[in-house]
Amino acid sequence: MAVCIAVIAKENYPLYIRSLPTQNELKFHYTVHTSLDVVEEKISAVGKSVGDQRELYLGLLYPTEDYKVYGYVTNSKVKFVIVVDSSNTSLRDNEIRSMFRKLHNSFTDVMCNPFHNPGDTIQSKTFDGIVSGMMVPPG
Amino acid sequence: MESLTLTDVEQKYYSDLFIYCDTDNTKKVASNGRVLDLFRAAQLPSEVVLQITELCGATRLGHFGRSQFYIALKLIAIAQSGLPLRVESLNSVKDLPLPRFVVGKNEAEARHAALYQDSDAQGLYPASAAAAMPRPPGRGFQSKKGPPSSTSLPAHEVIQPLAPSIDPQPEPTSPVVSPHQSPPTSPPSWRKHQRQPSGGATDRQVVVAPAGAVWTHFREPQAGPAPGEGMWPSHSPPPPGQESWVSFTADTPPSIPGMHPSSVQESTTIRTVASASMTNEIQRQSSGYDDPWKITDEQRQYYINQFKTIQPDLSGFIPGSAAKEFFTKSKLPILELSHIWELSDFDKDGALTLDEFCAAFHLVVARKNGYDLPEKLPESLMPKLIDLDDSAGGSEQTADVGYSGSPVEVTPSKSPSMPSLNQAWPEMNQSNEQWETFSERSSSSQTLTQFDSNIAPADPDTAIVHPVPIRMTPSKIHMQEMELKRTGSDHNHPTSPLLTKPPELSEETNIPASMKFVAANPVGDGYSSSDSFTSDQEPTTRQRSQSGTSPEALKVVAPPPPPPRPHPSHSRSSSLDMNRTFAATAVAGQPQSSTIAYPPAVPPRPLPTQTSAPHTGHRGEAEAAAATTTTSPHLIPQQPNFADFSQFQAFAASEQPSSLPEAEKSSEGAGPLRTVKSDGQADERASSTVNSVKASGSGPLAPPPKPVRRRLKSEDELRPEDEQHGPQKSNVIAAVLATQPSIPRSVGKDKKAIQASIRRNKETNTVLARLNSELQQQLKDLLEERISLEVQLEQLRPFSHL
Repeated sequence: MAVCIAVIAKENYPLYIRSLPTQNELKFHYTVHTSLDVVEEKISAVGKSVGDQRELYLGLLYPTEDYKVYGYVTNSKVKFVIVVDSSNTSLRDNEIRSMFRKLHNSFTDVMCNPFHNPGDTIQSKTFDGIVSGMMVPPG
Repeated sequence: MESLTLTDVEQKYYSDLFIYCDTDNTKKVASNGRVLDLFRAAQLPSEVVLQITELCGATRLGHFGRSQFYIALKLIAIAQSGLPLRVESLNSVKDLPLPRFVVGKNEAEARHAALYQDSDAQGLYPASAAAAMPRPPGRGFQSKKGPPSSTSLPAHEVIQPLAPSIDPQPEPTSPVVSPHQSPPTSPPSWRKHQRQPSGGATDRQVVVAPAGAVWTHFREPQAGPAPGEGMWPSHSPPPPGQESWVSFTADTPPSIPGMHPSSVQESTTIRTVASASMTNEIQRQSSGYDDPWKITDEQRQYYINQFKTIQPDLSGFIPGSAAKEFFTKSKLPILELSHIWELSDFDKDGALTLDEFCAAFHLVVARKNGYDLPEKLPESLMPKLIDLDDSAGGSEQTADVGYSGSPVEVTPSKSPSMPSLNQAWPEMNQSNEQWETFSERSSSSQTLTQFDSNIAPADPDTAIVHPVPIRMTPSKIHMQEMELKRTGSDHNHPTSPLLTKPPELSEETNIPASMKFVAANPVGDGYSSSDSFTSDQEPTTRQRSQSGTSPEALKVVAPPPPPPRPHPSHSRSSSLDMNRTFAATAVAGQPQSSTIAYPPAVPPRPLPTQTSAPHTGHRGEAEAAAATTTTSPHLIPQQPNFADFSQFQAFAASEQPSSLPEAEKSSEGAGPLRTVKSDGQADERASSTVNSVKASGSGPLAPPPKPVRRRLKSEDELRPEDEQHGPQKSNVIAAVLATQPSIPRSVGKDKKAIQASIRRNKETNTVLARLNSELQQQLKDLLEERISLEVQLEQLRPFSHL
């Protein structure tokens, strides 16, 4: 179950960040922020190709005491970060991937909206809905 | 509190509202209950209301004093216009429309509001006539016309006032409350005022309220006759300038009066026309309406016209940027427009087709009229799935046809767009369309299933290598057997089902011939074909061994005809062994189609009668391979046996059973299987044998089969025919089976054979299922291991963190 989902723009400012309300949101903000370093490191490492789907998915960025952070970067350097609670059933890699795929799809839909300016925070209800769907149930 | 300057109109309005809320008659404090209701009626999100409450200081004071109340009202107005809530904006915002309250609060209230707005509107009308945007004069602040209340309704008012409905007849709001409209009941409130909107007609269609509201605007210019508009009785026909019907044309905020006279006029014209027709339509519709989101014909016509202004080709798309500009003119907040876009861009392609555009337009109209945006696209607005097959006809015409927003209507219009879609954005469109349709129909799943079903029938043969794919009637079997015998390795059975199969078989045999099975001799063609179940030939073999060979055992497939598809998927599970077994059998070259039933690998499934159990011959797999080889030689001679059921009969079954057992053992399997197959029953048996073979692993079932075989044998013996089976069978069997008595397969034992083969098939199924589950388990274990390894790896990886 994801406890926090964040979308970070290319310039490393957040476009969208959402945590389970019960948690201390600030802590997740910090976590996501620090995970950006790991993301950068991985991006530079995976420089070989433009990146196919596999490379878009960065995998487990780093595990901490009670949660794991997964990363995913799009071709336009927009990063998705999912923070998962470790206490939950360890999610399969595939499940995380599918979560990212869903996120990416809905993010694309948001981008397609002509009324959305790239660089604005994401205020789409559809996107919110999808994120909520991911945060509550496991995986 | 912050000082607040109100215009006259506002002052009046607010004081009325305050009085309304002042249930305690204290003249100072508005009761919280009423106030809260009022705020709720403003249709703002609760956070906004909370914020307003805080800002106005009510929370501080704990109650709503007059000033707080006024401030709150002003803030509501601000919020409703989409402006951020700021205290500073209280005084700075000019031309702020009056706050709208949709819930039918009090009639009086509505009346007041309507009054104010109407007057304003009215005032505007005259002005609008002169200037393109009468409204702009700020809500009533500038009451240039000197309307009674001069509620300056800024351009936005167009929307808002849905209410100002100049409703000629103050219809008792009831209509307004059309239940559907859960959202804003603004219409009702508007209705209240009996203003005589130039257009008039009130109430009625609440449903169409949103549309009506808009339309009423149109009407207004016409001056209304439109009595029936009903929707917003109070809607006073927006001044011509306001037409911009949803203030689209009103590009500029109210402050820009007389903005585009020309455009306004144009729009006015359009609207008026539309509105006129619409009015009637609305009236009609309102009566029978149940769907607040339905698009009336007039509305749709209007939308189509607007669409044309942007994109002349009605079947084309409006690109996102153009749509954005267009809808931005409506002056809705960007967030809402964004939401509307998300709702209406059904295929998420960044462009609007005619239907999507109509839906978006309708939503904008609704929103302007005070309706809340739905979370999901309403059914009536949903664009018909793109009909890939639709050849696009005149979308317009279709659109014109009683649209009412029914999806059906959409389709027609969509179809035209589809083609254009394809042309214009081939990939996008196609993918979208396909996506749409696909998702709707979940075609993939369907196709998958279909596929499976198709395969199933075909497979059985291959896997099972039933010598006799066809249903074998006793006579037929005999005939076939005879044929087989005659023809020797020639599978082609001129007669009966076998015959039908034979040709295929023979072909197959030719093809496969030992394709898959090395050992397979030409004889095994029949078998090989079946053997090749693993290979492409499978289908062909399948055909042959249709006899009950259930395609790939695992596949449910119900083998087309014959019966027992015993081991459908020999190919699969026992691919290894089975193949070998079959190969062996193939080698034996059961030319007879009947024999084909047995995939070589399958250890000679005991003849149907007997095999079912015993033949599970999983052992057959390993053994089968061996057996096949061994049997092959035998098989050759055996073939005749297979083919000749009569032989079996005549055959004391000793051989048969023996052959059968052998088949199980793999070698036996081949033999008996074949023999079995040859008979009509053979199929079954073969299947059963195959099944047994497939079981691969079930271990030697020889013993069990024996009894069965004996039964068969007896049956066979019973059979009168005695042809060469005997000798051949014996040979074969002896050679192959060597132990188990061959099961006499009497043609007449079809039923039994069938049952036996069924049994065999079932056994095979079970075995295979077991195997499958075991493999699954193994797979799971492996996956877990992999995951754990991955985790370890991750942990080991030095991570920069924290």
